[in-house]
Amino acid sequence: MRASLPWFSRNAIALSAVALSVGVLAACSSSGSSSSSSSSPSSSASATSSANATPITIGASLSLTGDFSADGQAFQKGYQLWAKDVNAAGGIDGRQVKLTFLNDASSPNQVVTNYQTLINTDHVNLTFGPFSSLLTGPASAVAARSGYAFIEGAGGAPSVFQTPQNQADHMVFDVSLPVADEIMPFVNYIASLPASERPKTAAYPMADDPFADPPVQLAEQKLSALGVKTVYSNVFPAEPSSYTPQADNVAGKNPDVVILGSTDVPTVAAFMKAFETNHYTPKWFVAASGPDQGSAFISAVGAGNADGIMVPNGWYPGYNNAASQKMVSEYIAQYGGSASGVNADVAEAYAVGQVAQQAITATGGTDNAKIIAYLHSGVTLNSVQGPVKFDSLGENGASAAFMFQWQGKGSKFVQVLPQGASGTIAIIKKSPWGSS
Amino acid sequence: MAREISQAIVDGILIGGVYALMAAGLTLIFGVLDIINIAQGVLVILGAYLSYSLFTKAHIDVFVGLLITVPAMFIIGVVIHWAFIRRLRGTERTSMTLLVTYAVALIIEGILYKVYGANFVQINAPSTNQTVHVFGFYIEYIYIYGFIMAVALVVALYALLYRTRFGRSVRATMQDETAARLVGIDVNRVAALTFGIGVAVTAAGGMVYGATNSFNANSGYDLISRLLAIIILGGMGSLGGALGAAVFMITLESVVTIWYPTWAVAVFYAALVLVLVFRPNGFFGQKAVRAQ
Repeated sequence: MRASLPWFSRNAIALSAVALSVGVLAACSSSGSSSSSSSSPSSSASATSSANATPITIGASLSLTGDFSADGQAFQKGYQLWAKDVNAAGGIDGRQVKLTFLNDASSPNQVVTNYQTLINTDHVNLTFGPFSSLLTGPASAVAARSGYAFIEGAGGAPSVFQTPQNQADHMVFDVSLPVADEIMPFVNYIASLPASERPKTAAYPMADDPFADPPVQLAEQKLSALGVKTVYSNVFPAEPSSYTPQADNVAGKNPDVVILGSTDVPTVAAFMKAFETNHYTPKWFVAASGPDQGSAFISAVGAGNADGIMVPNGWYPGYNNAASQKMVSEYIAQYGGSASGVNADVAEAYAVGQVAQQAITATGGTDNAKIIAYLHSGVTLNSVQGPVKFDSLGENGASAAFMFQWQGKGSKFVQVLPQGASGTIAIIKKSPWGSS
Repeated sequence: MAREISQAIVDGILIGGVYALMAAGLTLIFGVLDIINIAQGVLVILGAYLSYSLFTKAHIDVFVGLLITVPAMFIIGVVIHWAFIRRLRGTERTSMTLLVTYAVALIIEGILYKVYGANFVQINAPSTNQTVHVFGFYIEYIYIYGFIMAVALVVALYALLYRTRFGRSVRATMQDETAARLVGIDVNRVAALTFGIGVAVTAAGGMVYGATNSFNANSGYDLISRLLAIIILGGMGSLGGALGAAVFMITLESVVTIWYPTWAVAVFYAALVLVLVFRPNGFFGQKAVRAQ
């Protein structure tokens, strides 16, 4: 009896090359089919003299498919919501806004092609950024070569601002919170605790990503200085066969604190699942990204498990800002759900539009050189995420870092740090795992 | 350290079982039909979504749900074969199936995005979340069930192919399609049924994957390169080889993770290249029978 079938196997080595490269092929092919859609929201504004004015064309590459598709699609909703609001109010200086989106399928190669298309073929007036630091870096280089301002909301990694192009041209503007310091509110909270209540040990598993690692590494450095012993600190590939071995290793160390350098929901969900399996509950669990994705996070991890999970950010749906609350209401009216389910990506994208709008109004048009100069003038702008003021490299120096936490069996996403800040409520320790 | 290594080996074996479950249909389809089904990863996700929908919408337990999802996936497989595969003929057939099944993957992915959106979901069924404490390790039952299903599936498919009349038809078609026709075998029917079976067994892999990982429509692309690597290393067409290779490669990756997590994925593929240098037909592959 044969243990295997005598199948045709002469192409084994060739096919192994297929296996090695098919992931790339997949990405390239999906990106090659980059769908283009334009959003020109019908305006309910009255037919004014602006009706015949040339629209302002804005292009963005978004990850509508691929690894970042959940974020990319949320970003698209944010951009569209902003454009709809602007057009409903009569446009910017009487000009309607027309958005063009190209799908980059989460590929750093395709995002470059897309911005070349938007700039050189479509001749858009302005470009808005894609999702993730991983894509913003190469995308901004294309914009820099053409003299475009690159206003973005999800490229906060230090590497994005340190590119030679940006250091020369100073054309990247991130309206969101710079990521490097984003976990510092948690570090400061630990420092504020009496020594007897501080954690004794901490683990720092990190995905290999320019966004995820810097804040976690800084937190590790600061907590170590506070006497919190590091029992695990490793960078793992962004897409392993399974996150379970890494998570099991962390659980085996039984640290009081886990600070996870995550880029998406699946990473956080996998660690949570493995921790639950191991009957290990950290007292504090901070993830760099993922829990801020509202209902997208809850649907993956289960509402009962979400309680106590923390995530740094500069915005949350309950943010006490009139424009933010209006945006959240509009979002719910258009897409349904509840306030806590609104993805932070929506606000980041919306804020990009708001900053661009103020720059266009202030400079009287879409001259990118003037917009760059204006955004570097030290002016403070308003957005749904709060004030925006750019430093010389385009980071938002006016943004404040907050820590948010899921509470109420996954029904509430609330601001818990910094302590004493407006809107902050009491932090809770991670509750025992329990699937809903 | 011994405990960490033991944990990594246990993880590797159990997760390897899940990968074997997902790869079984791929190696069956390639072995019989010479079709490199690039859509396999997306079909795994389709199976996961079907189980997810049955559980969340109809409150049907994921294991009971297999009674529905397996036949449903079989029908989907037969339809895919009828609509996209059966017309492919000639010497370029195998390479053409690469492109065609990739197109199928894109179509299914697009439909899944349309139906389910881009948000990640996970099957959080009570029967999948329970754990057992064995030799100091907590193990989720779903992984144990997944491994048992993988072994059972290999045995069942082996029995189907070597102990049934249909299996003889399949093997005859595989060895010489023209001769098979001459002795009265409906090779088109055999091909369609085989493709359907290959897709049907993917329903089980999809269910276990969906219960152990969060997923969305795109998640299949993260899987397919590993599944291809597994069936190549196991010996293309070898069902037992797929199980052995999956366990070997995932265990290797898991153990390497203890010391060098950054290199774990690279080691996975390096092992593939290294083994093929010494065993070009994989662990259990045999000399080409149709190369003559």
